[in-house]
Amino acid sequence: MEGPTSTGIPNRKLAMWTFIGSECMLFGTLIATYMIYRGRNLVPPYPHDLLNIPFITVTTFVLLMSSLMMVLALAAVQRNDLRATKLWLGLTALFGLIFLGGQYYEFSHFVHEGLPLSRNLFSSTFFVLTGTHGAHVAGGVIWLGTLLVRTVNGKLDARHAETVEIAGLYWHFVDVVWIILFTLIYLLV
Amino acid sequence: MAMTDAHPTGIRSWLTTVDHKRIAIMYFVVGFAFLLVAGFEGQLIRLQLAAPGRDFLDPDLYNQLFTMHGTTMVFFAGMPLVVAFFNFVVPLQIGARDVAFPRLNAFSFWVFLFGGLFLYASIPLRAMPDGGWFAYMPLTNPEYSPGPGIDFYVLSLLISGVGSIAGGLNFLVTILNMRAPGMTFMRMPLFTWMALIVSALILLAFPPFTVGLIFMLFDRSFGTHFFDAAAGADPVLWQHLFWVFGHPEVYILILPAFGIVSDVIPTYSRKILFGYPVVVFSGVLIAFLGFGVWVHHMFSVGLGPVVNAVFGGATMLIAIPTGIKIFNWIATMWGGRLRFRTAMLYAVGLVATFTIGGLSGVMHSSPPADLQQTDTYFVVAHFHYVLIGGTVFGLFCGFYYWFPKATGRMLHEGLGKAHFWLTFIALNVTFFPMHFSGLLGMPRRTYTYAEGLGLDIFNLISTIGAFVFTLSFVPLVWNLWRTWRRGEAAGHNPWDASTLEWTTASPPPHYNFAEIPTVDRRDPLLHPYIEPESRGEGDEPGGAVPRRQPDEPPEPVVMPNPSYWPLVLAAGMLLMTIGALGSLGLTLFGLFVTAVGLFAWAFEPPFGEEAH
Amino acid sequence: MSSHSAGSHPSTRLYVAVAVILAALTALEVMVFYIEALAPVLIPILLVMMAAKFALVAMFFMHLKSDGPVLTAIFAWGVFIATAIVVGLMAIFGKFGA
Repeated sequence: MEGPTSTGIPNRKLAMWTFIGSECMLFGTLIATYMIYRGRNLVPPYPHDLLNIPFITVTTFVLLMSSLMMVLALAAVQRNDLRATKLWLGLTALFGLIFLGGQYYEFSHFVHEGLPLSRNLFSSTFFVLTGTHGAHVAGGVIWLGTLLVRTVNGKLDARHAETVEIAGLYWHFVDVVWIILFTLIYLLV
Repeated sequence: MAMTDAHPTGIRSWLTTVDHKRIAIMYFVVGFAFLLVAGFEGQLIRLQLAAPGRDFLDPDLYNQLFTMHGTTMVFFAGMPLVVAFFNFVVPLQIGARDVAFPRLNAFSFWVFLFGGLFLYASIPLRAMPDGGWFAYMPLTNPEYSPGPGIDFYVLSLLISGVGSIAGGLNFLVTILNMRAPGMTFMRMPLFTWMALIVSALILLAFPPFTVGLIFMLFDRSFGTHFFDAAAGADPVLWQHLFWVFGHPEVYILILPAFGIVSDVIPTYSRKILFGYPVVVFSGVLIAFLGFGVWVHHMFSVGLGPVVNAVFGGATMLIAIPTGIKIFNWIATMWGGRLRFRTAMLYAVGLVATFTIGGLSGVMHSSPPADLQQTDTYFVVAHFHYVLIGGTVFGLFCGFYYWFPKATGRMLHEGLGKAHFWLTFIALNVTFFPMHFSGLLGMPRRTYTYAEGLGLDIFNLISTIGAFVFTLSFVPLVWNLWRTWRRGEAAGHNPWDASTLEWTTASPPPHYNFAEIPTVDRRDPLLHPYIEPESRGEGDEPGGAVPRRQPDEPPEPVVMPNPSYWPLVLAAGMLLMTIGALGSLGLTLFGLFVTAVGLFAWAFEPPFGEEAH
Repeated sequence: MSSHSAGSHPSTRLYVAVAVILAALTALEVMVFYIEALAPVLIPILLVMMAAKFALVAMFFMHLKSDGPVLTAIFAWGVFIATAIVVGLMAIFGKFGA
């Protein structure tokens, strides 16, 4: 469907990397805002009142391991092992869902503890930054779910390894962003 | 699907088109319409300021008009006209049949159009934004701007920004990946080079603005505190986010004009471009430094001597690569056999007037000088010299240069020259006096001024100049009408230009090239009349390019299918945007339409046969 | 379409090894966070480990190590400008003054 490209890199893969480069600026701006406003919150509750390090360490670990599942799914589809592809794609999406569930629990817990979105500067920056990341995870879960359904229906095999690879690039980038957020928001509280 | 049949016409073919040349025409027509509307808004502003103490416009309407004028000119006239040229020229210059993602290209156009229409829906609803094109906080917070006006600004720029980022992505991949065999980076035409750099700038500059707009939207709609000083935040953050985007945006608007001029001047000088690698690398350097100068828009905030000195220095630095290009163009013309066709007049006009705007820019790169000039008409004079004398002249230059290629008809030279001289006179008559009114202390964005301050005569001259601007469209429209009725045929290469787009028919067939050309030099069509001493290495005349007439494709050419889904996806996003003004139901319905559009798009075979 | 990069990608064994290192680094990060004695140097330690994790995912899971310089350049460009903007804005807002 496409001829050879000038760089040898498939168009869609190059596009995904370019998109990721652009996303660096999106998250960079959000992170800059969070970091600038750190310690300027005037109204309780404050970050250290609420942030639960052990809990978030667990969901961080889950998201990290989902990246392993993702590369295993790619390796499986590249050798046309569709059974393993389904397994690993399904697990990646499932781990993503667990992470989102953790985020849902965390958000509702915070709101319950007196930190709705409009409460103070901390709630504004925290919810918009982690919420943007969560929206990216949710989009990734839907994407992976679509690939899983296509594999189950027999419409995705080794000829579509590039499609899985591109979804994987997106997924790993979302993971990489969380690696940064975990350190900056939670560990440097 | 091999579409060797006649190209379809009719409204449906335009709604579903993915052809980069047709998308270019749509971008151009809509962008030009917005240019006229925003120009009319500027004309109204000038009428109000023609004499001291006039009450032609009340202060509120005046605020709304300068906001709409600036916002429209930058986002809905300047950018789409630039993108129109990207669309038409880039695939032809690199020897490709279309862009990398034709449906994404159509989507970019539709969201841009919907964003612009959404902004202008604020007029019948009597809720035009009035916070300036920069919408500074805290003026634009719900307390000081309670109506929906600022929401129209925020939402229209959010939705059209999605289209801009998609466009940047598309052209970056297109230029990196779709070049004809043999077209290395250092053989790319300058316009394509600048399109590549600008695409990268769009991708990096728009996200900070998008984030800032989301903060503003959340502050206004959901009670967050991103710019709320009472909660410990700093409203100045908005200025930073805006100008981190806003300054690269200036280069997004000017570099394509530089690219056009760098292709046009060699053509009408019958020489190759002087110092091609230097022009390329100074473009790259401008793009790089462009991210380190944003604070020069904020010297008067009071960020301290260190910050101001660093950014003032960086601003002076960025003038160097810009100045280098001016010398490259002059050296290209030096000793050439110059032909002053209309496009060349605009190119030379750009070199002259952009230099004036550039010099006044260097003046306020120095913080102490800037503190005297900021928020006065001196700055208005500066950026209109840059944006009209640079961007608009560059775009008209490209318009006269590529019009025969796009339509197959020649424009009338006399009318074109009349158009040039009228715009050239109008620019200088309107904006040169503003240097004086500005240095006399006349503030921007104020709806009137008092008598006896020495400002009257300068303002009267400026207003007369604005009328000349309006008048300048007469020869342009006459020219278009005349050419439509009885323009002479253009032929493949009416200007004896040297780049690939001139090897195919005018207008090009929808597949552009019957056979993808192979390139072995920088100027593939370099004409034998070029004197040997001005030739570069390997620039011997002669054709490495297939000279076969593209009447019949020798083999079936696989072209992308037309598609409704880009339009559906954009419509879904428009519905979400309208819903964001206060209807959750409409937002959810828009989300549903967006999802349908996305999935239908993803599973629609883009190239006719089953995509494997 | 499938043949493009299949051969050059790392093996399953390497993927698992990278994941083990990532998990170990995460555990180490949290441990460091709880050790009082490290409090004065907590920020540099955590930033270094964060960068290491970032690099591991980008190089191996996202295949930048084997996929050639063009993609690395595009990503590095985005990361560089974004980092510069973050650090620049933090400096302007006096976050490094104390």
